[in-house]
Amino acid sequence: MNDMSRVERQVDANEIKLECRDCQVYYGDNHAIKDVNVDIEDKTVTAFIGPSGCGKSTFLRCLNRMNDTIDVARVEGSFKLDGEDIYDKRVDPVQLRAKVGMVFQKPNPFPKSIYDNVAYGPRIHGLARNKAELDEIVEKSLRRGAIWDEVKDRLDAPGTGLSGGQQQRLCIARAVATEPEVLLMDEPCSALDPIATAQVEELIDELRSRYSVVIVTHSMQQAARVSQKTAFFHLGNLVEFGETGQIFTNPEDPRTESYITGRIG
Amino acid sequence: MTDASMENPGTGRRATSLTASDERTLKRAKAEKRFRLYGIIAIATGLFFLVVLFASILKEGIPAFTRTVVSVEFTLTEPQRAEAESTLFKTKAYSDLFITELNGKLAESGISVDFDEAAIERLLGKVGGTIRTFYSENPDQVGEPINFELAASSRVDGYFKGRVSRDTLQDSRFLQLSDLDLVDALTEAGVIKQVFNWPFITGADSGVDNPGGAGIGASVVGSFFMMLVVLALSLPIGVAASIYLEEFAPQNKFTDLIEVNISNLAAVPSIVFGILGLAVFIQFMHLPQSAPLVGGLVLTLMTLPTIIISTRASLKAVPPSIRDAALGVGASKMQAVFHHVLPLAAPGILTGTIIGLAQALGETAPLLLIGMVGFVARGYPDGFLAGFTEPNSVMPAQIYTWAARADVGFYEKAWGGIIILLMFLLTMNIIAIILRRRFERRW
Ligand SMILES: Nc1ncnc2c1ncn2[C@@H]1O[C@H](COP(=O)(O)OP(=O)(O)OP(=O)(O)O)[C@@H](O)[C@H]1O
Ligand SMILES: [Mg+2]
Repeated sequence: MNDMSRVERQVDANEIKLECRDCQVYYGDNHAIKDVNVDIEDKTVTAFIGPSGCGKSTFLRCLNRMNDTIDVARVEGSFKLDGEDIYDKRVDPVQLRAKVGMVFQKPNPFPKSIYDNVAYGPRIHGLARNKAELDEIVEKSLRRGAIWDEVKDRLDAPGTGLSGGQQQRLCIARAVATEPEVLLMDEPCSALDPIATAQVEELIDELRSRYSVVIVTHSMQQAARVSQKTAFFHLGNLVEFGETGQIFTNPEDPRTESYITGRIG
Repeated sequence: MTDASMENPGTGRRATSLTASDERTLKRAKAEKRFRLYGIIAIATGLFFLVVLFASILKEGIPAFTRTVVSVEFTLTEPQRAEAESTLFKTKAYSDLFITELNGKLAESGISVDFDEAAIERLLGKVGGTIRTFYSENPDQVGEPINFELAASSRVDGYFKGRVSRDTLQDSRFLQLSDLDLVDALTEAGVIKQVFNWPFITGADSGVDNPGGAGIGASVVGSFFMMLVVLALSLPIGVAASIYLEEFAPQNKFTDLIEVNISNLAAVPSIVFGILGLAVFIQFMHLPQSAPLVGGLVLTLMTLPTIIISTRASLKAVPPSIRDAALGVGASKMQAVFHHVLPLAAPGILTGTIIGLAQALGETAPLLLIGMVGFVARGYPDGFLAGFTEPNSVMPAQIYTWAARADVGFYEKAWGGIIILLMFLLTMNIIAIILRRRFERRW
């Protein structure tokens, strides 16, 4: 399967959705992201890999300006979504985040019903004109989050009452409900069993037909399975960025090679 | 660490049974037991004092809820009324009629006792005036049998409650030893009764020499209106300020300064707020003196820091992941706060609010400074709005005033007032608990 898709990958030359240049992130004096340049393509799954604490989440949070909420965090560089600078003064982060959705590392459902969790985004963005449409969006999103069958009978139950893995899938459903153009996923499968993981990966593959997906993962296999592009971070630096197949089979940098073969991490 | 355990595997390991605990474990278990004991002792001490407190409040305060009345059924016929109205001393005529009636009652039960009008006056005050006023206000009642319940004087009341006894009584213009014979006789005839003291709950403050007529109702109303002001101002202002400081304000020297000041403000003695209120609200802004509105303003200043501190604490306690989640689906900061953070913080905010309000309810000193002293509470306000602006007192100030009065009759009123105050507080807390239940959710 890998070989097949690798051929396909090389044929696709997608437009650049998000262009990041000379990106720096500081947490106070801690220089967490150093000179990162990445192009995230449309209709592509990009995987971020790297040892713990290397700045994957930090960089991901730059892409929808979630770092704005951290007082000590300072972001520099140019981030262009469809050619527009997302850190421009005129950009309202609210509009940006409607376009660039996010699934967080730790499942964080709202302490509300399962239905309301998913319906919240569509509601505040006015995506549904009536209850029937909203119901439809909720069902579709829960199906895409691979959790519909488990919760369809208890949509009124609190989302926080689900198991960890179910909560994470609920969060995925919540993120896709607003139909983002780019979906950022921070280790979405770290709390999932293999079956749910496979379902989420299927979802990611499906999302790829319309959106661009950025996924942070600690699983090399997962990165190899779902992504077309892979970026390897190490100590805040982007060490290597390229076709997934090439990174895994023929890395240019020795650090990449030792990481994917399990020697550093 | 890995290396260390590799070097000499198994050192220090003894074959021990799980059922036999070693020395260290025993020591720890003992320490834990001791700690539990301390805790239980602390709680027991607290409970003991609480019980003593409540017992003494109830013991001293319960008598305030009964009062001694002389209850006489009395029928005034039209000719009697006409005759009385034609005499020179009209009230005396009425009181003569009353005495005749009383004598009749005593004769009915076969008791004979000598008394004069002066004795009746010492027992019941100006009976004639009371009766005359009643009939001139309700002329249609003439000819109907009316049950008059006339309050006995505070000494007589004290005689029943043990404050006044035959051994210690010295004849005075208030009460003479012979009057007690009359009282005993009237009690035997069933004319003097102990009834529930509604006037204490519904009435207003009385003069310094009339503890029997003193009621706390007016100052309950004063407290109510004052608390309305405090709630209406301190809750929205406090919550808004906390949300701004906690969720929106940038972290800089200026906000740090504000933070320090708010914390310090919470520790300022309340009398300082009182003198501030006197200077600013009354002397400078010329708001009415002794008004619950002004009292409410002063206590709002005092309550705000409490509410702000507890609200900020409960906002801080909401996990940041909830905010991230809301922002992540494209909610604005304000939506994140109002849709998600605030509902989760609501129980904590309510707790802080109720603590602040309870403090305000029990506050006396600053209110004395702005003129809400007990004797001002002489009647009910004329309407809802007047409730805020007409001079009134509040429960603790009323209680303080009673406790400071010379007549011992006021002593039990003060205790009774405390019972009412505690009941008011309890009602407030119950409402808060019910609201809390509604807001409480888990995450
Ligand atoms: N809120 C924060 N405040 C200060 N420093 C932070 C904050 N978040 C992350 N950092 C620092 O930034 C660096 C990168 O952290 P980041 O969370 O991006 O790592 P990561 O690659 O996502 O790791 P993991 O795989 O464990 O999730 C770390 O050194 C961390 O200490
Ligand atoms: Mg991370």
